[in-house]
Parts: sequence; structure tokens; C-alpha cells
Amino acid sequence: MRKTLLQGVARGSLTEPLPQPEEAGLAELAQSVNRAARARLGRSLSIRQVDAGSCNGCELEIHALSNAFYDLERLGLRFVASPRHADVLLVTGPVTQNMREALLRTYIATPDPKWVVAVGACAVDGGLFAASAAVAGGVKDVVPVDLHIRGCPPSPIELLKGLMALLTRAA
Amino acid sequence: MNLTRTIVTEDSWRQCIDSLADGSLTLLGLWGDPPRVYMAVLDEATAGVSVLSYACDGGSYPSVGARHPPAIRLERAIRDLYKLDARGAPDTRPWLDHSGPPYAFLPSEGEGLHQIAVGPVHAGIIEPGHFRFTANGEHVVRLEQRLGYVHKGIEALMTGATLDAAAKLAARTSGDSTVAYSYAFARASEAALQIAPPPRAIYLRALMAELERLANHFGDIGAICNDASFALMHAHCAVLRERTLRTAQACFGHRLMMDAVVPGGVARDIAAGGSAGLQELLAEIRRAFPPLISLYDNTASLQDRTVTTGIVKPDYAQQFGAGGFVGRASGRNFDARRAFAYAPYDDLTFDVPVLPAGDVNARIWIRIREVEQSLTLIEQILGALPSGDIRTPVGSTGKGCEGLGLVEAFRGDVLVWLRLDGAGHVARCHLRDPSWFQWPLLETAVEGNIVADFPLCNKSFNCSYSGHDL
Repeated sequence: MRKTLLQGVARGSLTEPLPQPEEAGLAELAQSVNRAARARLGRSLSIRQVDAGSCNGCELEIHALSNAFYDLERLGLRFVASPRHADVLLVTGPVTQNMREALLRTYIATPDPKWVVAVGACAVDGGLFAASAAVAGGVKDVVPVDLHIRGCPPSPIELLKGLMALLTRAA
Repeated sequence: MNLTRTIVTEDSWRQCIDSLADGSLTLLGLWGDPPRVYMAVLDEATAGVSVLSYACDGGSYPSVGARHPPAIRLERAIRDLYKLDARGAPDTRPWLDHSGPPYAFLPSEGEGLHQIAVGPVHAGIIEPGHFRFTANGEHVVRLEQRLGYVHKGIEALMTGATLDAAAKLAARTSGDSTVAYSYAFARASEAALQIAPPPRAIYLRALMAELERLANHFGDIGAICNDASFALMHAHCAVLRERTLRTAQACFGHRLMMDAVVPGGVARDIAAGGSAGLQELLAEIRRAFPPLISLYDNTASLQDRTVTTGIVKPDYAQQFGAGGFVGRASGRNFDARRAFAYAPYDDLTFDVPVLPAGDVNARIWIRIREVEQSLTLIEQILGALPSGDIRTPVGSTGKGCEGLGLVEAFRGDVLVWLRLDGAGHVARCHLRDPSWFQWPLLETAVEGNIVADFPLCNKSFNCSYSGHDL
């Protein structure tokens, strides 16, 4: 194990420079974030991810944000295990009828001030699953959404750009 | 594939249930297409697959689950989605339909027992499901799963859809297996329409399937170790996973290769320079992966968590026809690529690793060995990649037709059964994820383990929620 660790130190960092925050995201967020909230949070946000019905594709790319190339935590963003610790809910999927209640309760369990980021094409309006009787709709049909990050699934870079927009405005 | 298709009477349906119950046949799938119910079974000795359909009598059919437990959840799903009842079924609670009264978990009684309810929203970045543990102190006495939270009505959406639209839905049945689902759907539609994809497409599909397997196995090996608090392995495996996805992006324009495999062939040819990029990836993995295997093998504190934890008994793996690393780590010597030898795997050389222990450690080792096999497969595919077209035109036959596709995804065999109408639209499509026959085994595997080892056991299975919930 020592050898593996030393090699890691010797090789240098794989982490890449950050992209610019997404313009559209900045505009979308302009209305939802006020100065008081920013003052309370400082430059750090805790994220609770909620899969409300996704195919798991978005989750894979959200996971990738924590790898050495993207290193999300350098931004002061970290994933937490409970909505009670969270400032941000990162919600994926069309919201299924069977997850609607769980999403609502998770939202209620998250303390104010809070933001909801809807991730992926399905989270916008249900996407390919919008017409299904088993689907309640997009995330905004169940809880208020502050920012959409589109893509099927959005790549880690697209996710970073969106989250940086949130950070620029919110934290 | 050696496929038999029969329309059966109640007697033959019951005979088939007898063969499942005595272990001479393995259940591959059970689904509804009202007024009929379908069953796919495998004779493992000959790799022969039979699809039986039975016309329900007054909306019911003789229960398979009553004699053969692997069918129980499938029957519950059929009732929820297609209103067909299994006569004599041992469990009639709803499964995918959550609209009814509060769910009745099975009772566990005894002194000192308490329940722990987990989910559907979990602590990690994973899919939603509910786990109800009954524990005695730290030890799990019973686990009962409740799934269906991500039920999106995929099969209902497919009904009446064009082949292209249905292929897109198939690709989003389980995002981590998007290539495998597209592949199985394409093979089912090609079987139905009796067309063959061009040779180049056949090889490109296998290339994508192996890249998908690599990416997922790297993710899993790291994540399992992470659930034993060994973050170093996770960090290094995540780098290999990322490199694999970036190579997939460079070759096929999408990190997960979504919608790249389509009925009739593939939608995108490998990009210029893709082959060289793949060779670089192979070289990088061959350089970086062996030290990680040694790291896993030589870290006693990690092995202490994985060895003898979460054992799946070989009998159960066989009875449930568990595919993928869950089955192969418990001695079930089955891999759809070898059993059905679908092209191009009939022309490629590879081993199917099998281990008897059935614990978390064995499921890690199966993945490690499969990574090595996928590397040689990719090498062989690149060496033999034919030139030419990548897609055969897809039309309609003018009359109804049906087809079956079976493909080895990273977590096991995916089955797609497709019935098309005369216009070439989907009349009914059923997608059966390998997880259907793995989830129930997780319930048995955690029994007697400590609650704190559940995440480790669960990750070593890495069953799909979305693929299962449809």
C-alpha cells in the first residue's frame, strides 16, 4: 500500500482545471438566491443526491465528479448522507409515482435555505418517460427547482459547470 | 441460439414447472402479454432455450412460483402490470404497484428482535429501494427488500412505439447497462425481422459491450473496497473507469455509448484514431491494474471484511439461475456469451472465470478476472474488425413477428422478447434484467452477517433497481 501511495505522490495530480460556470445556469439562478442566504452559507455547499426515478445513468456521472480528474470537493461541494445535512438537493430522473412521496419528504427534511438542482433530460419534464402513467412528471412538478442541468446523462464537465453556477450565485 | 417456440396447454405448462422445480430447467423469464402468459426456460446442458406461451383461462394461469420460488416476484409484477393472476401463488402482495394500502412486510418474531427500515432514499449516490432488516443486536436475522420505486412504465411506453423509439427506451432501462440493453433489443428485433447486421457492426457491438463491462467492473471493484472503508482502491479504480469512459467518448461520441447499438447494426462507426486510443487504454490498464490487484490481495484488513462475508450458497445460485458475477462466484458456470456463442463471440477466445466460495471476495475476484478477459477480447476484436457497412436497413415484414435476444451484460444475462405488428411497431416488449434472479439471493446472503456489512454485500451484488423496476 505504501508503494501505491508514494507513486501517487510522485506522479503528480490528475485533477484538471475547472471549466467556466454555465451562463444559462447563472441566469436561471439569479432570481432564486438572495444575499442573506449567501452570507449564511459561505463558500461551501452540502449536496444530497436523490434518485427520483432515473435509469442510473445520471448517478454514474454524478459519481464521476468525485474522481481524481474532476475532484468536486476542491470547490467546497460535498455529498452528504442525509437531507438534514444538505443545502442542495441534486435530483435525477423523471419523478415516478412511486418516488413522489419520498422526494417530497426529502425536500421537507432539508433545512432552509435550500436549493434544488434537477439533473438530466428526464428531470426537466419527464423526458422519454413523460407520457407514462407511472411517472408524475419532471422534478419541478413535485418540488420547486432552482437550476436545471440538461443532458442524457450530463457529462461530469456539464455537471461541474452547472454546480459552479450554483456556487457563484449561492455560496 | 437453439430456440424452441411453443404454444402450450395447461398440462405442458405444468410439466415445464415440474422441470424447473426438479432443477432440469432454469427459468430465464416469465412475462405477460394478455391474454397470454409467457415463460422462457433454459436447458443448461444443451444451451437450448424454449419460449412457452399459455392462453390464460379467465385471466389466470397455474403459478410457477408455487413450485419454483425464483418466479414469485415475476408473477407479482405480471399481476401489477397485466392483471393476470397466478393460480395458487404463494405471495399475492403487489410488487411494482405501490398505489395500494401500506405494504405488509413478512413478520419475524422472537426475543430481542428489532427492525431497521432503510430507504427508499439511501445515504449514498445510488438508486432507491427499501430494505427492511430484522436484527438481533448487530446480526441480521432477516432482510426483506421492497422494490419498484423507480418503476417508469417502460414496457407500457414501448407498446405501440416505433422500433427506433422503443430502442431508445431499451437503452434507458438501466443506464449502467445501456449497451447491453440496446444490444439485446437489437438482437431481438433482428430475430423478429429476420435480418442480419453487417459483420463490422457485429464486432463494434461486442467492442462496446466489453468497454461497458470494463468500466462497470472498475467502478464496482473500487466501490466494494470503498464500502470496506478502503478508499485508496476506490480512487485508483475510479481513474481507470474514467479513462475507459473517455475512450468510449472518443470512439463512439458518448461516454456510456448510449443509443450507439441500434436494430440493424450500430449508429456510429468508430471515430478516426479510435483504434489507437483503445490500444493506449489497454496498455494503461495493463500497466495500472496489476498493482491494484496485488494491493487488494495483500491488504489483510480489507480481506478481513470481504472473505466469508455475504455468502450465496451454490444451490441457490443454481436454483435461481443467477447470472453474472453473482452466479459465477457461487459455482454457476454460465455466461451467455459462451453458452449461446452469439457472433462475434463464437470467433473469439475467452475464459469464463468461476469460483466456488460465493462470498464478497469471490465476487471481486470474478470481476478482476473478467477485466482481464475483456482486455484480450478487445484486442481480438480490434485485430479482426471487418470493414464495410455498419447498418442493415430495417423495414417491416408486413405481418406480426416475434424475436428473442439474450446478451451478457456486465451483471449477467439480459433477456429481451419482442413482438412486432405488421407495420413494424412494437406490439409488446419484455425486458428482463439479470437482477430479478440476484436480488432474492442478496436476502439470503446477508442473513447472519452484521448490519454494518450490508452495504458491502449489496455493492458486491450491485443489482439494478431501474432495470428491475422497469
